[in-house]
Amino acid sequence: MSRGFVEATTIGFARALTRAMLSEETARKRGLLQSLDVRVRLVGLLSLVLAVTLSRKISVVGALFAVAILLAVLSRVNLFMLAKRVWLIVLGFTGVIAIPALFTTPGRIIVSNGTIAITEQGLRTASLLVLRVETAVTFTTLLILCTPWTHVLKALRALRLPKEAITMLAMTYRYVFLLVDTAGQMLESRRSRTVGVLTGPEQRQMTARTAGVLLSKSVALSNDVYLAMESRGFRGDVQILSNFRMTMWDYLGLLLFLLAAALAVWMGR
Amino acid sequence: MPLFELREVSFDYEGIAALRGLSLSIEQGERLALVGANGSGKSTLLRLLDALCFPSSGAIVFDGQPLTAQRLQDDKFALPFRRRVGLVFQNPDVQLFNPTVFDEVAFAPLQLKWPKEELLARVEATLDLMGISQLRERPPYRLSGGEKKRVALASVIVLEPDVLLLDEPTATLDPRSQSQIIDLIQQWKGSSKTIVTATHQLEIVEDIADRVVVLEEGKVLASGTPTEVLSNHELLLRANLVHAHRHSHGSVTHSHPHIHSHSKHEH
Repeated sequence: MSRGFVEATTIGFARALTRAMLSEETARKRGLLQSLDVRVRLVGLLSLVLAVTLSRKISVVGALFAVAILLAVLSRVNLFMLAKRVWLIVLGFTGVIAIPALFTTPGRIIVSNGTIAITEQGLRTASLLVLRVETAVTFTTLLILCTPWTHVLKALRALRLPKEAITMLAMTYRYVFLLVDTAGQMLESRRSRTVGVLTGPEQRQMTARTAGVLLSKSVALSNDVYLAMESRGFRGDVQILSNFRMTMWDYLGLLLFLLAAALAVWMGR
Repeated sequence: MPLFELREVSFDYEGIAALRGLSLSIEQGERLALVGANGSGKSTLLRLLDALCFPSSGAIVFDGQPLTAQRLQDDKFALPFRRRVGLVFQNPDVQLFNPTVFDEVAFAPLQLKWPKEELLARVEATLDLMGISQLRERPPYRLSGGEKKRVALASVIVLEPDVLLLDEPTATLDPRSQSQIIDLIQQWKGSSKTIVTATHQLEIVEDIADRVVVLEEGKVLASGTPTEVLSNHELLLRANLVHAHRHSHGSVTHSHPHIHSHSKHEH
C-alpha cells in the first residue's frame, strides 16, 4: 500500500526534526561562533540581520553575505549543506516574489523583446531583495546551527524575554518530538493492519480519527506533565537556571559584531 | 503515628471509580509494595499520596495533618510537603520536560528556591550517584528507556525526600537497567526513607519491600510480608497477578498458578 499524504507529511516532518537534532552536532564542533558566549552570538548575529534589512546598497549587502560565508567557514559549517538547504530554497521562494520587479520597476531598459522589458532598476531591486533574504537567513541559520536550541532559550532568558514564553517554547520543542514519533507509530500501526485499498472518504475518516486520538493523547500528556511539574514544587512561577559568564574574548566578539553592523548600516544608507 | 493514613478513600475519574473506600496506614521508614493488576488503582493511590489529586470521599492524613486541596494552596504547607514527598511517574516522558538532563535534575531545587551554590553541588552529586554525569547536556529525546528512568529518579531524589513514591520503576526496562534501579532502592533499606513502590512485577517485590499490599478494583484485598503474599497462590490468582498455567502429561491435562521469583522458580 502506498503512503498517503498524511503519512508522507508526518514522515517528512519527523525527518525534518531528525535533521534539527543532527544540526546540534555542528553546535558541538569547535569553531569561531561556538567559542563565543551564546548571548554574544544571539545579539551579534541578530544585529547583523538588522543591518542587512536596513542596508539599501547591493555592495554592502554583498559584503555582509561574504561575512556570513566567512563566519560559516570559521565555524566549521558545511557550505554544501548550507547551499542545498538554505541558499537554493531561499532563492526559489524569494525568486518567485522578486521576478515581477524585473519587469514592473520603471527605469533604463537593458533587455527587451518588444512587449516586455527588464530595467536596470528592476534588476537592482530584485537582486537586492534576493541577496538581502539570502544573507539574513544565512545569519539566522548560522545561529541555529552553531547553538544548541536549549542554549538559545537560556540566552533569550538572559536577555529578559518573559520566562513563561521561554518555558512554553522549550516544552513545545521537547514534546513535538514525542508527539511526531507517536503520530508516526500510529500511522505505521494502522498501515500494518490495513488490508486492501481504502477509498478517499475512508482514508479521510481514518485520518480524522487518528488526529482525534493524537489530540486526546496530547491533552492527557499535558495534564500529566503539569502534575509532574507540580509534584516537584512548581507553583506557577517558573524558575530557570542561568549560568553564563562573559570573557574578554566574548566582549571583543560582541564589539566586532556591533561595529560591523553599525558600519554596514552607515555605508548602506 | 503513621506517616500516611488513608481512611475510606474513594476517587473516580469522570464517573469511573478508581479507588473504592480504601483504608491504609504507612509507617515512616517502611518499604511498601503496592501490587495489583492493571487498573487496580495503584497509580491513582500514588497520585493521592503525592497530593496531585484529592479523594472524592474519605480522608488522607500526612504526618498528622490532613492532606487537602486547600492546604496545598498554602506555600507554607505545600513547599515543605513537595520537599519531603517525591513521585517518580510510570512514564518518564511525562517527567522529563526540561531541555537537558542537567536542567531536569535542577528543576525541583530551583522551584524550591535553593541557593545557587547548594543547588549546583546537589545536582552534581545526584548526577554522580545515578551514574548519569555524562548525560548532563543531553536532551531527553536522545536518552534510552533505562537512561530516562534513571534521570526521572534523579530529578526526584535530588531533593533527598523522606518519602519516595515509585510508579512501576522497572517496567519495560532491560534486565541490567532493572537491576540498577533495584540496587538503588535496596541501598535505602534501613534508612528513615519511606518507599512506596507500585508494581505488577512480583519477581522484584522481595527485593524492594518489607510489606506488600494487594489491590483489587480500588480496594485493599490483602496485606502481608512478601513471603506471605507471594506464597498465597489463590490470592495472587484472584488479584490477576498470576495466570493459570496448563500443560499435559500424556493424556492428563492439568493447570496451576504460574509465578517466577528471584529466590525460587516454581510451577
